[in-house]
Amino acid sequence: MSRTIDAVVSPTQTNTIPADISGQMLDLDEDDDLEVFSKDLTLADGNMFNASMPTSPGSMVNQCKFEEDEESDSKDIFITVDNPESHVTAIETFITYRVLTKTTRSEFDNSEYEVRRRYQDFLWLKGKLEDAHSTLIVHPLPEKFVVKGMVERFNGDFIETRRKALHKFLNRIADHPILSCSEDFKVFLSAQAWELTTYKKQGPGFLSRMGETVRAVANSVRGVKNRPEEFTAIQEYVEDFSNKIGSLDKVTQRIVKEQKEYLEELKEYGPTYTLWSGSEEELAEQLKGVAGCIERCCKETEEQVGHLSDTLVPVLHEYVLCAETLKAVLRRRDNIQAEFEAKNEALATKKVDRDAESSDLGFVWGSLLGKNPEEARHQRQERLDGEIEELKEEIDKLEDRVEWANNALKGDWGRWQRSMRGDLKSAFLSTAEKNVDYYEKCLAVWETFLLSQRTEPSEETDRDNTP
Amino acid sequence: MLSVYQVYLLPGNSVYCGSTISPSQIPLYTKCILRLKVILIFYSLQGRTLILKDIKSHESLSLVCITQLERRMADAGNKESAPIGGDEFTNTELENNKNNTMVEEGSTLLRRMEISVAEAEKRTGKNTVNMQEIFTVYLIETRPIDAITEGHNPAPDSLWRRYSEFEILRNYLLVTYPFIVVPPLPEKRAEFVWHKLSADNMDPDFVERRRVGLENFLLRVASHSVLSNDKILYHFLTEEHRWKEVVYETGFQAKADSRIKALSATFRVKNPDKRFTEMKHYSDELQSLTSQLLRVRARVADRLYGVYKVHGNYGRVFSEWSALEKEMGDGLQSAGHHMDAYAASVDDMLEEEEHYADQLKEYLFYAEALRAVCRKHELTQYELETASSDLISKKQQREELATGMVRTFSFKGMTNKLFGQETPEQREAKLSLLEEQIVQGEETVTEKTVECEEYVKGAWVDMQRFKEQKDRDLREALIGYAVMQISMCKKGIQVWTNAKECFHKM
Repeated sequence: MSRTIDAVVSPTQTNTIPADISGQMLDLDEDDDLEVFSKDLTLADGNMFNASMPTSPGSMVNQCKFEEDEESDSKDIFITVDNPESHVTAIETFITYRVLTKTTRSEFDNSEYEVRRRYQDFLWLKGKLEDAHSTLIVHPLPEKFVVKGMVERFNGDFIETRRKALHKFLNRIADHPILSCSEDFKVFLSAQAWELTTYKKQGPGFLSRMGETVRAVANSVRGVKNRPEEFTAIQEYVEDFSNKIGSLDKVTQRIVKEQKEYLEELKEYGPTYTLWSGSEEELAEQLKGVAGCIERCCKETEEQVGHLSDTLVPVLHEYVLCAETLKAVLRRRDNIQAEFEAKNEALATKKVDRDAESSDLGFVWGSLLGKNPEEARHQRQERLDGEIEELKEEIDKLEDRVEWANNALKGDWGRWQRSMRGDLKSAFLSTAEKNVDYYEKCLAVWETFLLSQRTEPSEETDRDNTP
Repeated sequence: MLSVYQVYLLPGNSVYCGSTISPSQIPLYTKCILRLKVILIFYSLQGRTLILKDIKSHESLSLVCITQLERRMADAGNKESAPIGGDEFTNTELENNKNNTMVEEGSTLLRRMEISVAEAEKRTGKNTVNMQEIFTVYLIETRPIDAITEGHNPAPDSLWRRYSEFEILRNYLLVTYPFIVVPPLPEKRAEFVWHKLSADNMDPDFVERRRVGLENFLLRVASHSVLSNDKILYHFLTEEHRWKEVVYETGFQAKADSRIKALSATFRVKNPDKRFTEMKHYSDELQSLTSQLLRVRARVADRLYGVYKVHGNYGRVFSEWSALEKEMGDGLQSAGHHMDAYAASVDDMLEEEEHYADQLKEYLFYAEALRAVCRKHELTQYELETASSDLISKKQQREELATGMVRTFSFKGMTNKLFGQETPEQREAKLSLLEEQIVQGEETVTEKTVECEEYVKGAWVDMQRFKEQKDRDLREALIGYAVMQISMCKKGIQVWTNAKECFHKM
């Protein structure tokens, strides 16, 4: 049921969609979540949520519903990645890809955009999306460079593989109900090169990002105490899935390797028959026939290997990367919850502090400074009360965050699973079909040969053997 | 043209095809039921119908029946031998068949006697250097054909022979009938091995293939118009114990040409029959071409094996993965089973292909036999040329002695000049000696000429026969190969179609 990723097709937009709803909502439970979403979610420190979120989810809830059976003609944005070009500057050489967008979404000023982007830009986009939506599942990017077997970064096959993966990446984002509304996404698709550079410079600076990283690390060290059961289940699944998909990836690559070696030998096999036919008279035709059959089977084998490499291998590889993405998403969710838990603990401690009798040390110190003990205690109480109030507010916000993160993940999780099933099913189906096709073609080759061996009936008189 | 064959299904799932008409038309390989299918297809392609009849019920067997029989035998675990026989031609038809150029002259052993190599067993014993060794013996069974066609089905006579005894028989035939292209034995050691195939002589698959090869050898020899009449051959098939003594008594080992003699003849012969020289070139080519083909084929088989087996890993991983998934689980699980089936299917397919390799190997070894016939011709021709030139020089010497003229330089002439001439008595003695030698020489030349001519005649006939047999057999082998490939493709289609269904359910 997941949408297929299309190449560029002229948009046949028939429905107009209101400006601030360009996507759909996630699956939500009923009223509780409506409550949650009517609150303001932008945080003071602005690290977790990008100020560029276009609408509050509350309005989304009221106006959108998640449609299960989306027809592809209600797709309103079509993106292609193609036309890789090499750019040489004084410092470096890099490849840019043309990103062509056709859309009827109204937050875009034009209906068509053509820009050139390089891999770094994609990386940037991914990072921004993950920052803004830390518990949504962002489709993985192709790797920076392949470790084994690839010497040249600018090797033709490598570029083509990467191009396809980048195409898929952008289309997956476009399909995502929340991610496709991202301002960063819009800028990525529409801004000219210099505009993009300027835009990139905005946003949280280096130091605040550092702070964020430190906090994330601290949180992950602290660990999460009361992870909801369903997320533990998801985590276990992801672990196992990661193993299995990794194995499938390896097995498939091994098959490709073996097939290629088989093809090499097969290419030498046919000629031995041809060579032999040169020394024979009666048998020459037949030997050449067999040689011809083997050669044709070689071609079919080559095609089949190509199909495997183009269709199954990239998909499996993508899902290996997906598994890593999932693990990261789960970690981030855990961190959010951990932070919430930490603050809760801090609140509890503070409360204990406040309710406790004034400590002797504080009392003594205060009296040394010449403070009135009553006053000092009162001040202290007030101070603590204030802090507690602050903490409570923070905790409320964090609680919201946890809720939102969990729901985002839950919704996206279902979506991801459907995608995964769809992608893998179609990749395996395609492979099986190609294999059937391969064997059918080879069968035809050999059957034709066999038919050609039919000789004319001999001129000798037919004798009837009656028992 | 309708050709009727007697076909017997023997224990061990091998098939023996015998004919009462024309032994040269016998597909001489005994093999499993696949062979029978291939044979049927081969003949139908040639517009000839092969009729196989059940010896008991006289029902004709079509391809369908054979497939059913195949299944029945698989179920029964190949315990029984199911004889399927054919009808004999009536006398008039036999008469008519004699006009068929394919018919062999004379009656061959195979017409009178059914021969098979039924089993193989391991034995231990002491070898020539008195050390314990393990070796394999093969059971040769024979039955008179008359008894069978009359429906009696008597128990066969049998004896055990080991490979080395077959070698002795073959060497005997080589020496005794040098003008015949003697059928080769199956290989002594496993060659053209690819990784799954064992190079061990004790390996059961190797032993089985050797058993088939030995049977094939016997059938070929026993159906040959010349070789089949040999007494030693008959003894080999019927007398277990005294045979070795008998064969050695023929003194064939002494008659063998020395290698050096043969080699020097090849270099020094002046006027060999051109056809034989060409045939010798052909035999060299045949040898190197088939050898190359066999080598590459083995490598291809090895690689194909790898491809299929890796798919077995899909089976394992799909199965494990299916445990994780709710919706995809069933589809994945069954797809996994099909992947396992796919991986397993390659074993049978490649085993069948080994039979094809064996057919090619037979002709690889035949090439050597062919070459031997050509070389023997060179030897006889060389001996004739030597005898002739000897005679000429002796005549020359006589002339010189008689006339006193020295036409060519001779040592005698020199010594005569230096040390004086001989006495008239000495000259007389020499002359009469020379006369004797010349008479002998003329006899020798006549003998050798006849020998040479007869050799050429006989060898040429047999080489023609061999050529036709080779063309027929290899043609059938190539068709069989195509049939195997088709079968392989069909299996592939089936597996992946099933897998596709399973993926649909995912």
